[in-house]
Amino acid sequence: MVIMGYKLPNMSSLLIWGLLWEIIGQTGLTFFVPPLSEVFVTLFKIIGTPAFVKALTETAQAFLAGVFFAIAIGIPVGIFMGRSRLLDELLLPWVNIFVSAPLTALVPVLMVLFGFGMKSIIITTTLFGIWIIILNTRAGVRQINRSLIEMSRSFGASQFDAFTKVYFWAALPEILGGVRIGVIRAVKGVIIGQLLISIVGFGALFELYASNFLMSHFWAVLIVLFALAFSISEFLGYLERRVSYYAANRS
Amino acid sequence: MVMSQTESAFANAHPTEQDIAVSIRGVSKNYGAVEALKDMSLDFPRGQLTSLLGPSGCGKTTLLKIIAGLLKHDSGEIIVNGKNVTGPGPNRAFVFQDFALLPWATVMRNVAFGLELRGVPRSEREDKAEKYIKGVGLAGFENAYPHELSGGMRQRVGLARALSVDANVLLLDEPFSAVDEQTRRKFQEDLLSLVANEKKTFIFVTHSIEEAVYCSDQIALLLPRPSRVHEMIRPQIDRSKGVDNIPREPEYLDIVDQIWASLRAYVE
Ligand SMILES: Nc1ncnc2c1ncn2[C@@H]1O[C@H](COP(=O)(O)OP(=O)(O)O)[C@@H](O)[C@H]1O
Ligand SMILES: [Mg+2]
Repeated sequence: MVIMGYKLPNMSSLLIWGLLWEIIGQTGLTFFVPPLSEVFVTLFKIIGTPAFVKALTETAQAFLAGVFFAIAIGIPVGIFMGRSRLLDELLLPWVNIFVSAPLTALVPVLMVLFGFGMKSIIITTTLFGIWIIILNTRAGVRQINRSLIEMSRSFGASQFDAFTKVYFWAALPEILGGVRIGVIRAVKGVIIGQLLISIVGFGALFELYASNFLMSHFWAVLIVLFALAFSISEFLGYLERRVSYYAANRS
Repeated sequence: MVMSQTESAFANAHPTEQDIAVSIRGVSKNYGAVEALKDMSLDFPRGQLTSLLGPSGCGKTTLLKIIAGLLKHDSGEIIVNGKNVTGPGPNRAFVFQDFALLPWATVMRNVAFGLELRGVPRSEREDKAEKYIKGVGLAGFENAYPHELSGGMRQRVGLARALSVDANVLLLDEPFSAVDEQTRRKFQEDLLSLVANEKKTFIFVTHSIEEAVYCSDQIALLLPRPSRVHEMIRPQIDRSKGVDNIPREPEYLDIVDQIWASLRAYVE
């Protein structure tokens, strides 16, 4: 952003929005928006409390497990789909349906199938993140230079070697792009899971604060969550830029 | 190689008969409706460099990839060292027109990659790769990445990788086409010393008449529609005259002219 000839650092526009928030909060226009300063005071007050730490660990566990499965299943499936026409024709319609489907509607079905515990929350998280990882990996594998594939075949690569030593690395920039978007969707998945399936983790905090009209608590937790999601996304974006140096030189 | 008695007798009766490393017998290949190769037969003598020369689209790459086992042929036989082959094998190594290097791997790992895929332990394969990196003149670049190298240097990496697996047949698909003219000259000389020293059979695709005449022991002139071997030419250039003089030798110029006359009709 440039104001009166000065180049301001990235995201300084956030300051303006923060200021606007503070002003609206101070006027006491609605109980729903307490002043930003009050939200931050609350944030530092609750951040060390056992309830908060418990919510954070519960959420982090479900989130990490869900993301792990989304990546560990999504990448190989994407590679297989990119390399095998049969598998691609079999699976692609489903992946395309799920990547854009309103997955929240499926959560009640998951509850019937897998119960009301951690398992369902993890599956929800995985389900939110996995499809875009599959699609991006597949796209990455499909654009691999033909002669790299022929090279590995001509030197006698086994299927396993070809996948782990050539296809994966050649598709890495696209894979990381998919993982970044998938992880952001998984954040959505884990919170929806915690709200709908069983009231645990951050979901429980939201529920508690919202129903007791503790608005500054509610916003404080939301800010923490946004900050976490943003940091993860920025970190993956950084990894993506680090490998993209060779994406431009891939031929 | 196992020979029947009559065959070996035949070979003895003709002492000029050469040891054939690769033999193509009646090979055909169609891409859908496109007839890329039709009933092609060709022999590649061991220890020599044979060029496949012809206008683009006449099936040179197709033939080379069939020999490499990377493409399936529709009919006919490919015989390498006396055995029918249907897929890739350790007796053949390929040098790619666009280098086919791993962009995320160093020169060392790229050169050793063929050995890595064959399960050779790290220290052993790196020793061997080191030797060939030196051999192609890339000493000091072991830890460089492909994007840091010029086109000519990248192709040297591709060549070193093919040499390090110790295959006795080397297949080169227009290896110098993406390399500038000066580097190309140097490359051709290096290739000739490799042929002299390595005792390998080289099958070399090019569309440059001069390059083929200068480098080859034997040239298979291919013509399209349908693709066939139009002529076999053995240039027998006296290379002792030196690289710089050969292009002015009458015998060299005659062969170039003769090939050009055959090709002219197809290039227009
Ligand atoms: N994958 C393919 N699909 C369809 N046609 C092909 C394919 N590869 C090559 N061809 C055709 O086969 C012919 C021979 O091609 P190629 O072997 O690449 O020739 P060259 O290497 O001599 O230029 C050309 O007419 C080309 O268009
Ligand atoms: Mg070609």
